[in-house]
Amino acid sequence: MSALAPGHIRTVDGNEAVASVAYRTNEVIAIYPITPASPMGEWADEWSAHGRLNIWGTVPVITEMQSEGGAAGALHGALQAGSLATTFTASQGLLLMMPTLFKIAGELTSFCMHVASRTVATHALSIFGDHSDVMACRTTGFALLASSSVQEAQDLACIAQAATLQARVPFLHFFDGFRTSHEVARIEELTDGELRAMIDDELVAAHRRRALTPDHPVLRGTAQNPDAFFQAREACNLFYERCPGILQDTMDRFAGLTGRRYHLFDYAGHPEADRVIVLMGSGAETVHETVEWLMARGERVGVAKVHLYRPFSLSDFVRALPPTVRAIAVMDRTKEPGALGEPLYLDVVAALAEAQMTGRSPFRQIPRVIGGRYGLSSKEFNPAMVKAVFAELASASPKQHFTVGIVDDVTHTSLPIEPDFDIEPDDVRRAVFFGLGSDGTVSANKSSIKIIGEETGRWVQGYFVYDSRKAGAMTISHLRVAPYPIRSAYLIRQAHFVACHHLEFLERYDVLAYAAPGAVFLLNAPHGPEALWDALPREVQQQILDKRLAVYVIDADRLAKELGLGGRINTIMQACFFAISEVLPRDEALSQIKEASRKIYGKRGDEIVNKNLAAVEAALDRLWKVAVPDRVTATRTLPPLVPDEAPDFVKKVTAVMLAGKGDWLPVSAFPVDGTWPLGTARWEKRNLADNIPVWDPAICIQCNKCAMVCPHAAIRAKVYAPALLRTAPQTFKAMDFKGREFPGLKYTVQVAPEDCTGCHLCVMVCPAKDKSNPKHKALEMQLQRSLRDVQRPNYAFFLQLPEADRTVVKQDVKSVQFLEPLFEYSSACPGCGETPYIKLLTQLFGDRALIANATGCSSIYGGNLPTTPYTTNRDGRGPAWSNSLFEDNAEFGFGFRLAIDKQREEARELLARLGAQIGNTLVGELLHADQGSEAGIAAQRQRVAVLRQKLASLQTVESHRLGLLADALVRKSVWIVGGDGWAYDIGYGGLDHVLAMGRDVNLLVLDTEVYSNTGGQQSKATPLGAATKFAVAGKALPKKDLGLLAMTYGHVYVARIAFGAMDTQTVRAFLEAESYPGPSLLIAYSPCIAHGYDLAFGVEQQKLAADSGYWPLYRFDPRRLAHGESPLMLDSPHPKSDLAQYMRNETRFRMVEQQDGERFRALLAEAKQEVAKRWALYEHLARFMAPSHIQGERSGT
Amino acid sequence: MDLSTTYLGFQLPHPLMPGASPLVDDLDMVKRLEDAGASAIVLHSLFEEQIACEQARTAYDIDTYVESFAEATSYFPCRVHFAWGPDQYLEQIRRIKEAVAVPVIGSLNGTTAAGWLNYARRMQQAGADALELNLYVIAADPAESGEAVERRALEIVRTVKQAVTIPVAVKLSPFFCSFAHFAHQLDEVGVNGLVLFNRFYQPDLDVENLEVVPKLNLSDSSELLLRLRWTAILSGRLRASLAVTGGVHTAQDAIKAVMTGAHAVQLVSALLQHGPERLNTIREEMVRWMEEHEYHSLRQMQGSMNLTRCPDPAAFERANYMRVLQNWRS
Repeated sequence: MSALAPGHIRTVDGNEAVASVAYRTNEVIAIYPITPASPMGEWADEWSAHGRLNIWGTVPVITEMQSEGGAAGALHGALQAGSLATTFTASQGLLLMMPTLFKIAGELTSFCMHVASRTVATHALSIFGDHSDVMACRTTGFALLASSSVQEAQDLACIAQAATLQARVPFLHFFDGFRTSHEVARIEELTDGELRAMIDDELVAAHRRRALTPDHPVLRGTAQNPDAFFQAREACNLFYERCPGILQDTMDRFAGLTGRRYHLFDYAGHPEADRVIVLMGSGAETVHETVEWLMARGERVGVAKVHLYRPFSLSDFVRALPPTVRAIAVMDRTKEPGALGEPLYLDVVAALAEAQMTGRSPFRQIPRVIGGRYGLSSKEFNPAMVKAVFAELASASPKQHFTVGIVDDVTHTSLPIEPDFDIEPDDVRRAVFFGLGSDGTVSANKSSIKIIGEETGRWVQGYFVYDSRKAGAMTISHLRVAPYPIRSAYLIRQAHFVACHHLEFLERYDVLAYAAPGAVFLLNAPHGPEALWDALPREVQQQILDKRLAVYVIDADRLAKELGLGGRINTIMQACFFAISEVLPRDEALSQIKEASRKIYGKRGDEIVNKNLAAVEAALDRLWKVAVPDRVTATRTLPPLVPDEAPDFVKKVTAVMLAGKGDWLPVSAFPVDGTWPLGTARWEKRNLADNIPVWDPAICIQCNKCAMVCPHAAIRAKVYAPALLRTAPQTFKAMDFKGREFPGLKYTVQVAPEDCTGCHLCVMVCPAKDKSNPKHKALEMQLQRSLRDVQRPNYAFFLQLPEADRTVVKQDVKSVQFLEPLFEYSSACPGCGETPYIKLLTQLFGDRALIANATGCSSIYGGNLPTTPYTTNRDGRGPAWSNSLFEDNAEFGFGFRLAIDKQREEARELLARLGAQIGNTLVGELLHADQGSEAGIAAQRQRVAVLRQKLASLQTVESHRLGLLADALVRKSVWIVGGDGWAYDIGYGGLDHVLAMGRDVNLLVLDTEVYSNTGGQQSKATPLGAATKFAVAGKALPKKDLGLLAMTYGHVYVARIAFGAMDTQTVRAFLEAESYPGPSLLIAYSPCIAHGYDLAFGVEQQKLAADSGYWPLYRFDPRRLAHGESPLMLDSPHPKSDLAQYMRNETRFRMVEQQDGERFRALLAEAKQEVAKRWALYEHLARFMAPSHIQGERSGT
Repeated sequence: MDLSTTYLGFQLPHPLMPGASPLVDDLDMVKRLEDAGASAIVLHSLFEEQIACEQARTAYDIDTYVESFAEATSYFPCRVHFAWGPDQYLEQIRRIKEAVAVPVIGSLNGTTAAGWLNYARRMQQAGADALELNLYVIAADPAESGEAVERRALEIVRTVKQAVTIPVAVKLSPFFCSFAHFAHQLDEVGVNGLVLFNRFYQPDLDVENLEVVPKLNLSDSSELLLRLRWTAILSGRLRASLAVTGGVHTAQDAIKAVMTGAHAVQLVSALLQHGPERLNTIREEMVRWMEEHEYHSLRQMQGSMNLTRCPDPAAFERANYMRVLQNWRS
């Protein structure tokens, strides 16, 4: 690495580093958001919005497409039309681009794209990093170029862009998702001048000259026949032959310019190594670091880091290896089931064999080669594992096709490792921070390493482990500071500084396992220095003593509240870190934090800056060193993560994962095909809420609205016989049920004290006020900590009370809340606006529902391990749920319906054939059962049970077949659930087709009007006037009217609903949709954190949405035509409240005003017009679609 | 007809001007107001409390979920340049100054000493010709005496006066226990004008839902009476100019305000109801009335009905109430 040039040093993550190069060296960027590549597109979009110029002095155009397939198509067109174009993607997104990639390569197009490589979904989705996506592209004809660090990712992005212009082979430049894309590191940044020097304008001109233009037209994209295709396909060979040489020349040119030298294969290690590991990506840095450690201890080992994987240069590869090598381990970060080995392994074996066969082998003897897998889905890959691989290579018969980093107790592929093996030197200072997602810990740490990296001349690395659960998300920050470049692409295990920013974590995670002996431990806790020790559990005290930790405490939560910072304790904790970690002189550090606060919060306004500056000062006054006694004094031990009565699987698997120790689970612990049990969320008690609702029966009017709006099914209502109260806990509350529906029964509203997330929605919606003191309502928030122990047995008692009889419960808003929710305690955000719909779905139809769930928020909180929120009733019935992909969800659910209908048809055929043997009465009843009600379905289930008994005695082939199909005779409810990104954009083609097919499926669109899960990118559901990513200045065009499009079919049931605006209409729409024998589409207004307001006001905001005409409520039921009525019925009143009031409540709109008041006013005026226009259209349709009117028109009246 | 008047040291062709309201948010509306003859433009108040609240709210909404989840390290565009309340407001002053020739008066409601000072200075820098300090205060704290409330207000005015060189008016509510005394104290600290009176959002009750509902109805002429009384009482006794705002809907209303001693008459509800052109109509009607009644200038009637000059000064004091009561009885 060259001497650092002043002014070129930056502390950035891999995504930003790469995006900066790609942005500056291209003109057209078409993207689609996908983790972990989304930030690259977002950076490009923001730079474009702020007018940042590329190296030719123009602002690139950035376009968000409807899918990665769409992005690839747009890029293909832009490239063909002569522009320099690029994109950023990963995983499934890359796979969606593949057909176009073949085309781009086949046409020898100069093009470089960047991939933050990520696991392709198989038995499960994973957002984390491995090479399975890139490896799927081996046959596209793209050059595949791997980077292994943030610095390399930036540099190779430039090199690839330069090389493709000369080579005409398109480049897919990739680096490890998260490990590199999200790692923050100190790098030498490429200047515009360096980029300018690397990109040859003559080659750019040549690219333009090859463009399609009517001024000198050519034709591409012919259809070729057997006479021509093969030869024409071979015509590109020379380009691929020249490509490695061109790339090396470009790398050499780059080295001349920057001093940073790269090769197609970079070897590091002993010049006479006998053992070498070959791999690519971030793991190569870890191997490199370990190789140096082993060499220093006399071992002859080395590592060959693959940069250019395709075209694979045999000569360069064998040249890169020492001729002394006797054994090679080729490590693939992917799995190819059924193959002889993983792709890199096969290439290396082929290369060595071909070198040998063609006399080009430099080796004294042909090396033994073994292949192994590591690091799937960002599985940790650390020096202990590297050492294990080298040890295996040294053995007499090394294991072929090994795995490392897991325990494979089934096929025994895994290598044993020394878990405590650690090579990190003491001059690398290491710190680990446990934070709550919402407290700003990661932001503070990013700020800290930026300060250190850019102000001290030391190298830094920040890696952040995020939670995949949205409520109460935990983050773990790993920070390294070193006097030299850091190659450690793995998590810290022995930290000099450990901070725990949330006291509760000490109860659930082994936080201090990260502490090295003698480390500093900083804790945010409400206890003073004298009281803290006694508040710690026994295990924690023991670790502090064993490791001789220096303990500091601060009540940052209280201080943040005092300073008006809410829950943001980041600046306070950052000040404490610098004050006691001695990374920087204290005064200098504090001055740097203040400067950083001015930079970071300057855009948030003076008020926020001043509060943060005050926080820096105040933090040190409240920071205390704790006098640690010489012995453990606590009697309290850590509570078990799941209770004893939990099922075996939950105790043996789920609980281990909950403890953050899932890496320890062996292969045998896991299902072989991704099948997972339901109902495990109930065993995890997260205790996230500071305050939870308390019910006052004296005031309650029994409306059940609290249960209706609860996103987590953490407040429920039941009616039950008074006699059951005999065994109730003393503090269990009950009142007489007031309605006629259940005379003589008791009624209780009960809170799940440890599952409630404290979102306040139930309290906000509660209409029952004390008439003498209206401040007091039937629900009121109180401190959870003081209620937990009292309410825990109450909730347990409540749960074991019998559920309401589904066959007698009325189907209105109040009564349906007596139906058991089969979706509970999900990891959705507090106040989530989607989950009340899903919960309602499971209450109404959960015992007979199949749910196809598009990838997105709902698939994450619905199916993200360790726990599963979908559950079963006492009969064992519940929603059968699955997530296929983002883009194919409508079709996936449609497939459910095809299968169910066919099975039902077969069952009916068999029934007819076996009528005589089964009994014609039963068969007749089964065939003609009315299953339009809960009672009808219950009766059919009973008939099926009888049928099974009869079939058991028949013992024929057909009776056996019917037995397998008999359940299909009971009505099933197919639900296709997803967000607006799926329904309006990537899955719209499929959704439209499924609607058109006329089958009985129910599509529930949870419309947050933005890509919520990937972080707020605009979708076609985004409304006019909202600021989102890719619409920074506020979207200038209105939302797509999905409902209207569906209505045009005429045979589709459509409803636009908002549970907070009109819950009666929501329930009615669900019931009508499900009963409708054709396709139904429910478009559900879903408040979301990406709207930017306190979701406690979600219900109020929904009312404003409906009342202002922003979100008109309607139902379009084709069945009404038969009754002489218009199918379209408007349910919300004529717009009556001010749209501006609705919009100004939400940051997504207010942000526009805060950027540009005039634009906001213009967009508001347009939005008002749009509302009026749309309302007029609906009114018109409602009136003119009535049969009487149509008849009148026809007859000319 | 000579309608000229002097307000805050400005020689104005007539006393009619729009009062502080959102009317001037729109530059086109500002131009229409000038075209309608507005003698000055008064901006709506910059509320420090609202700015602080908006900044805190937006920061909370944006930052709470930042860097929490692996898939979404943020939910909003990150590098947005926010033109916060003050920036937009100051920009609007600049734009209005460029667009019109009449004096531009900035209006400010602060909550902290630093806020009053900072924003007053920045308004002057942005080009405001004068300031209207909106001393909006609901003295709801039982621990704070009336004297303390007044002392605080005086201190604010004193501080701002020292910080800026442009004229400073103070817009007040009538809820001071000894209003005339307080007005004199303001006069002593050098305030250049008093604007009588502020109108507040009035909390109403929703008895169905047991909720408090904030309301602000447009004024009508009946609200003018309170202003007339206090203008009459103060007129001629202060160095500061007087402006009447609240309840001026007709030429008669404006004439009454001038007669009690107003140097400027501010209109809001009338303009919101009838458009900016209403200002010109009222001016023309004033001229007509004055011609009919053989006035030759506005100054001739200015303060003619104030406490010192009107035929029945006691009518503005306690007797007013008594007489109304007696009339009613009869």
